[in-house]
Amino acid sequence: MNAALLPSSIIGANPDAPEYLLAVDALTVSFDGFKAVNDVSFYVDPNEIRVIIGPNGAGKTTVLDLICGRTRASAGSIKYKGQELTKLTESAIVQAGVGRKFQTPSIYDDLTVFENLEISFPRGRSVFGALTFKRDAQVRDRIHEIAETIFLKDQLLERAEFLSHGQKQWLEIGMLLIQDPELLMLDEPVAGMSVGERIKTAELLNQIIVGRSVLVIEHDMKFVEDIAHRVTVLHQGKVLSEGSMERVKNDPKVIEVYLGH
Amino acid sequence: MTNPIQSLTKSVTVNDNPFMKPIEWLSLALLVVVILVVLPATLDAFRLNLVGKYLTYAFVALGLVICWGYAGILSLGQGCFFGLGGYCMAMYLKLEASSIENTKIQSTPGIPDFMDWNQITSLPWFWKPFQSLPLTLILVIAVPVLFAFVISFAMFKRRVGGTYFAIITQAIAAILTILIVGQQGYTGGINGITDLRTLHGWDIRTDSAHNILYFVNGGLLIGCILIAQFVKKSKLGRILVAMRDKEDRVRFSGYSVAGFKVFAFCLAAAFAAIGGAMFTLQVGFMSPSFVGIVPSIDMVIYAAVGGRMSLFGAIWGTLLVNWAKTSFSESFPDLWLFGLGALFILVVLAFPNGLAGIWREHLEPRLTRRVKALRAPAPAIIPQSAPAE
Repeated sequence: MNAALLPSSIIGANPDAPEYLLAVDALTVSFDGFKAVNDVSFYVDPNEIRVIIGPNGAGKTTVLDLICGRTRASAGSIKYKGQELTKLTESAIVQAGVGRKFQTPSIYDDLTVFENLEISFPRGRSVFGALTFKRDAQVRDRIHEIAETIFLKDQLLERAEFLSHGQKQWLEIGMLLIQDPELLMLDEPVAGMSVGERIKTAELLNQIIVGRSVLVIEHDMKFVEDIAHRVTVLHQGKVLSEGSMERVKNDPKVIEVYLGH
Repeated sequence: MTNPIQSLTKSVTVNDNPFMKPIEWLSLALLVVVILVVLPATLDAFRLNLVGKYLTYAFVALGLVICWGYAGILSLGQGCFFGLGGYCMAMYLKLEASSIENTKIQSTPGIPDFMDWNQITSLPWFWKPFQSLPLTLILVIAVPVLFAFVISFAMFKRRVGGTYFAIITQAIAAILTILIVGQQGYTGGINGITDLRTLHGWDIRTDSAHNILYFVNGGLLIGCILIAQFVKKSKLGRILVAMRDKEDRVRFSGYSVAGFKVFAFCLAAAFAAIGGAMFTLQVGFMSPSFVGIVPSIDMVIYAAVGGRMSLFGAIWGTLLVNWAKTSFSESFPDLWLFGLGALFILVVLAFPNGLAGIWREHLEPRLTRRVKALRAPAPAIIPQSAPAE
């Protein structure tokens, strides 16, 4: 299914609507006095695809790090379905329904593709649960289904380290998919991919975004135009501009610092 | 479209997650035969008791395979847990040996001799639980595991890991030794707890007792191997491997990493404690020289030589290094430590996966090729289908 087919009411959602999936409010983080993210606020609706763009060092990845708990905020709040995330541990945030894909493929090299997906299956996450976890039909079927989606059904028994770069990216997307998060965060999902892989990835993303909100960091403007409902432009840790791709593209401030180059 | 035959083969191979692979059953059978049949049948009572002592170290090496090999947590303080388990057992045995009858020449009869020598006139509170055998058997495991839990929880919650963790465990081993040596009146000091005689009235010093204890020890070791195999084979085992590789990613798969590390460390401590208790029973004493830095590092070497990723390798490594130690140190007592050091360096540089690695990387592939060649030609190779469109 294509993103463009989603109801347009979602795209033009009223910003005053009370039910944001994710509400980032006055978020600030400083590293030794340097404010990598400075008073950033943005709101993501259910089923929205939001792309964050901006020049290098704008704080894009840091924003994702803050949301998923990898970095602790100095000030501000992040509310996910009304729940404050800034105080939760990384694993609790994942369990709340937030999934994150890292910039460089972050998978378990020593395990097979099957095992990589199995670990991400959202069951048996406590020590005791993991010890008594059964690889039952439900787990297997789901893994096969996901493997099919991410083009890796023939590599299930291969050790992940032997996959190509693009396949590793897909595997990580698959690992997220099996978690079934309501908010999916992707950091440069097509970086370093060949043209063929890029097309397949865009297709894959269009398939998996159905029924969830997605927050994407991406530099590839063609790709952004294809998928984004709304775009947030970050510059030096601050929100420079926000709105539809069309609006952002014609914003003089954005052209000056980013798109003009 | 999926080829039905292919998807069938695929699901059969993927579903295949047995408790142990045939080669592992074979390894287990070999170990059982050697430990429980061959060695008892060929060795005299003295040598068999010696092997029994070595096998108590194998418990520690086994724990290190899970903790270090799988979870990537190098502990240089396993002697602590071996020692605590051993001391718990020794305290019970000592109390039994210190009956009022046996100690009537002391100024305070009924307490261990070393307490009397140190002007202690009543049994300290922490010795009291060891008057009961059932309680002792619980405490043999509970005390070291609780200790391991406190250490590892404090450190892993704060995300202290890697080298720092190794150094801290080593420091703890040193501290515990100093504590035991310093508190002579309560612990027996540098001499340890000696002159142990009976276990619930059963004399443990006779050859027949040694023989029985050897088999109990062997049985417990095999039990621990099966527990370790269960852990390794569970999803938890795969999470440990994943964690060793990419700890952060495991957090973002929704797991609390600290909990899993604490589990691995405590399991290793429990194994070590069982080994320690069996050591005390078979050797007849416990002393601080089995708690400190040197034995702790020795035990890491056993696991490294055997192969830190292999449960069976660790057992063979322990037996091999100790056999070498005994043979060499009988002839060249001064050179042995250098030999051990050289062995460790050699293993780390040339065979990072130890004996098990040599087997897996060199011998097993050759063997499988031989076996395959002998068998009828394999069924037609499954064609690699085009990726899904």
